[in-house]
Amino acid sequence: MSSVHSFHGGIHPPENKRQSNGAPIQAAPIPAKLVLPLSQHIGAPAEPLVKVGDRVLKGQVIAEPIGRISVSLHAPTSGTISMIGPQPVPHASGMEANCIVIETDGQDEWIEHSGLEDYKSLSKQELIGYIRNYGIAGMGGAGFPTDVKLHLGDDHIVNTLIINAAECEPYITADDLLIRERSDQILGGIEVIAHLLNPSHILIGIEDNKPQAIRALEDTVRGSRLNIDVVVVPTKYPSGGEKQLIKLLTGVEVPSGRIPADVGIVCQNVGTASAIFRAVHQGEPLISRVVTITGDAVNQRHNLEVLIGTQYSELLDASSVRRDDLYRLVMGGPMMGFTMNNEAIPVVKTTNCIIAATHEEMPPAPPAMNCIRCGMCEQVCPAELLPQQLHWFAKGKEYEKAKHHNLFDCIECGACSYVCPSNIPLVQYYRNAKAEIRQEEVEKQKAEYARQRFEARQARLEQEKIEKELRRKARAEQAAKAQASKKDSVAAKPAASTDDPKALKTAAAVARTKLKKAQKAFEQAKDASADNLPELEAAFKAAEQKANDAQTKLENAEKGVTSAASGAPDIKALKTAAAVARTKLKKAQTALKSAEEKGQDGIEALRETVKTLDAKSEAAQKAYDDAQSAPAQVEPVVDIKQLKTAAAVARTKLKQAEKALAKAQESGEGDIAELEAKVKEQQAKVESTQQAFEAAESGGTAAATPIVDLAPLKEEMEKALAKVEKADAAAKNAEEKGLPAAEKMKAGVEKLRGKYEEAKQAYESAQQSSAPSAPAIDLAPLKEDMDKALAKVEKAEAAAKNAEEKGLPAAEKMKAGVEKLRGKYEEAKQAYEAAQHSSASNAPVVDLAPLKEDMEKALAKVEKADAAAKNAEEKGLPTAEKMKAGVEKLRGKYEEAKQAYDAALNASAPTVPAANLDALKADMDSARSKVEKAAAAAKNAEEKGLPTAEKMKAGVEKLRGKYEEAKQAYVAAGGTVEAAQPDTLTID
Amino acid sequence: MSAVVIAILVLAVLALLFGLLLGYASVRFKVEGNPIVDQIDGLLPQTQCGQCGHPGCRPYAEAIANGEAINKCPPGGQSTVDALADLLDVESVPLDAEDAGEPVRAVAYIREDECIGCTKCIQACPVDAILGAAKQMHTVIISECTGCDLCVEPCPVDCIDMVPIETTLNTWKWDMPKPGVELIATDRGRGEAFTDKGEAA
Repeated sequence: MSSVHSFHGGIHPPENKRQSNGAPIQAAPIPAKLVLPLSQHIGAPAEPLVKVGDRVLKGQVIAEPIGRISVSLHAPTSGTISMIGPQPVPHASGMEANCIVIETDGQDEWIEHSGLEDYKSLSKQELIGYIRNYGIAGMGGAGFPTDVKLHLGDDHIVNTLIINAAECEPYITADDLLIRERSDQILGGIEVIAHLLNPSHILIGIEDNKPQAIRALEDTVRGSRLNIDVVVVPTKYPSGGEKQLIKLLTGVEVPSGRIPADVGIVCQNVGTASAIFRAVHQGEPLISRVVTITGDAVNQRHNLEVLIGTQYSELLDASSVRRDDLYRLVMGGPMMGFTMNNEAIPVVKTTNCIIAATHEEMPPAPPAMNCIRCGMCEQVCPAELLPQQLHWFAKGKEYEKAKHHNLFDCIECGACSYVCPSNIPLVQYYRNAKAEIRQEEVEKQKAEYARQRFEARQARLEQEKIEKELRRKARAEQAAKAQASKKDSVAAKPAASTDDPKALKTAAAVARTKLKKAQKAFEQAKDASADNLPELEAAFKAAEQKANDAQTKLENAEKGVTSAASGAPDIKALKTAAAVARTKLKKAQTALKSAEEKGQDGIEALRETVKTLDAKSEAAQKAYDDAQSAPAQVEPVVDIKQLKTAAAVARTKLKQAEKALAKAQESGEGDIAELEAKVKEQQAKVESTQQAFEAAESGGTAAATPIVDLAPLKEEMEKALAKVEKADAAAKNAEEKGLPAAEKMKAGVEKLRGKYEEAKQAYESAQQSSAPSAPAIDLAPLKEDMDKALAKVEKAEAAAKNAEEKGLPAAEKMKAGVEKLRGKYEEAKQAYEAAQHSSASNAPVVDLAPLKEDMEKALAKVEKADAAAKNAEEKGLPTAEKMKAGVEKLRGKYEEAKQAYDAALNASAPTVPAANLDALKADMDSARSKVEKAAAAAKNAEEKGLPTAEKMKAGVEKLRGKYEEAKQAYVAAGGTVEAAQPDTLTID
Repeated sequence: MSAVVIAILVLAVLALLFGLLLGYASVRFKVEGNPIVDQIDGLLPQTQCGQCGHPGCRPYAEAIANGEAINKCPPGGQSTVDALADLLDVESVPLDAEDAGEPVRAVAYIREDECIGCTKCIQACPVDAILGAAKQMHTVIISECTGCDLCVEPCPVDCIDMVPIETTLNTWKWDMPKPGVELIATDRGRGEAFTDKGEAA
């Protein structure tokens, strides 16, 4: 036996235990409905494992623990889950909480269960997990999960295990009866707890008002191998308080704000020990407990083994309640319990007592009066606090001060309220103050959190702002740089900055505006005869200069632009410009008209504007047309594919036209002539396109096929010829001999000949196409060379002649020099002629025109010279001879030119595109019409006997010659001249 | 004579010494910022609602430190005003609000099927308690919401409600006992107000 200590304060209220401790524990009937709150313990609510409609067996897990501080929940009997949702729960607030509701089936069917055979073989961890899964929470009052307390041995040195059997509150006898009837279970539980915590000694604290229980305990403990002491303490409320019991049994005071484990002590309730025993040894989870039903309003005051979840009304009915007398229903003891206004609330794991009190038994609390500072509360406070001070602080909401007076050490035992002569509900003040402080703390935490988040957000926004600013600055810098570089480039090529005429235009406009301003200022100053006239004049002049400069620049740029446009013409822009110009012109015209109609002033000015606009519009149009035609000229002839497509298209069209013609001819309908003309037209087109295509192709191939390719082609041709000859000879031989294969051989010969022809053609075409590789442009320098050489020869000759006539000795030498020069001349001439020949065949058609021009010029010169010479002869002038020689010379030149022209004409004739036929024909036609006209005029003149008739006849002859030429050219080019020659061409 | 001179000299030297010490201390132990602002800020509810006319609680705390009225915080309620009065040792004044009762704690709730995803409330929220993206439904993170009301105004479709926080078993608290001192003896046993006390004593 250890000595009993004492704790401060405490009271001795009427015990009222006799009413209920006379009868043994009875099993309460199984109710129709069990309501099981998911949160029957301190900590997180359990999570339901079942759903509505599930059938559950007794002892089946229906909710599992969530988190560290939580326990599982089991079905107290078999039945069906009828609901999972809010139900009234035993809480001072009277509020509802989530519950699992089971409709019982009355069979009380156990799930298969068995206890652990040897719990000591399990590791402590496993055993604690087992206890947790069996739903065991502290049954003394708070409902703290037992497994958490059993873990305390891990990080604390637990030397004392205290089993709380004090049961100090009045009325309650549940533990008393439990100890009396099931002390062996309690011992078994203690053994399990001791195994887990391994304390050096175990103390069972029990009040001396339970002698039967003390005896039972002592009897049971005597046989135990454990170091267990049953300590009987004097009856004094609240000796059952954890800290008070520890003080009583060990003399150790648990420091404020600490737990008993910090001083090496762990407390467990006897009910908990019994539950642990049943879980470990029998495999029964915590599904029922002993509840005291007492109070004057029930006839049977007793202890019942009640299934968890049984509603109070069931228990009251089972105890023969007199509802008329029932004034107050209290859950728990009279000191610490709560008044319940609802009989539907269920028994939970912490419910130890239900008091159905009458009005006389528990009268309403008398009205509270002012505190008289008697100090009685201080004397009974088991926590050694200053209740009246706490009361003042709580009442005045001075929570900070209340906290400083250790409000949170208050165990809310109610001793102070019990003794208060002013009937002040002190505990309610403390509870309120505690709640307020807790809420304040939560709010403070939340406010701090909100402040952090707010500051983080502010910082973020600030950062974003700075970043935005930086980005903006960077952009501005970049833009400035770009501007600067642009300016630099503009400065580097001031006049040539054709790329930005707009900017120049703006600059010019700005300069003009400035000039105007300067002018205005200047004039104003002049009017006002200001002092700074010269300055202003200078400024004005400078502005003028600037404006002019800008204008020039702009014009230059515009010119550049247009020239560039003609090079790579921006047709669209030009078109737009032309359209704009036209529109402007039209507007101006209408304005002019209206002005004219109305007889307004300034018509002249308008007219002028119209004129200039007209000119501008025309210029724009012209520029546009030029640009449009320019690319047509530049259009490369080598776009073979396009040409091919064009040719194919033309062919198709021709076919279609032919078909249409044939149809028309067959049916004899339609305008056959027109169709024929169409067919012809199409034919011509096809030919022209085909030719263009072929020419382009040959040009392309010529460019691509080097001249060296000619050799293999020639070889091939010769080989083919040889084969043909051989075959021919063989065939002839065979024929002569009358062989039957002769015919076949002949055919083979023909085939071979065909091949030979092909090869020949290929060779020739290759030769032709490669011919233009001798460029025609070389002719000009060659001719120049030749002409120079000739001139030198002539000069030298003349000099030599002169020298000879004068009998100079250098004459011989000079003659030799002349010969030398003549040799050189001959060489140059030969080279020129060779080049001419080679290029003649492919001389471009365009060269014909200058040649012809040359020729005609020469002819005109000859004629002029001839006429002059004749004139001179008739007049008997001495220069006539010289002139004649000159005429001869000129005629020679003319002949040369004519030859060159003819050669070029001949050479180009075969390749002259058919398209030129039209031009030639037109030439011819116009020549003919001229001849006709001239002939008619001549006839007319002759008939009238005019003296000019002869001259006219000569002119007609001339024209006829020209016509003949044109006709020849046309025929040469491939045209056909109608046989019918009108009589008008000849003069009778 | 010399004694007087000695005394004056000693005092002068001492004055110089202590003056130097104080001067050094004022530099060495200089307190950055105004500590009273932190204390005031600690008392304010940190809803950052701006109902005081300041962009957040700290600016109001600074303003109070500079002499502004202490009764401009409706979310804090009268208790905050009292606490501020206590801290600053000034006379407590009634809260300057339309209904001066204790504030009802509330959180914003977005009726999600009406939300058009405009993000306006997100920008308005001072504590980033609203989650969402453009053209996506938004929702309020209840644990982060301070109930400041600032998101209600910008909502173009009025789909934000301020829902009072419901009391749960965890947040339920005992009421302050009703004072019964004004009762006279003849009133005892009359009326419900003093017949049913929660406490069984």
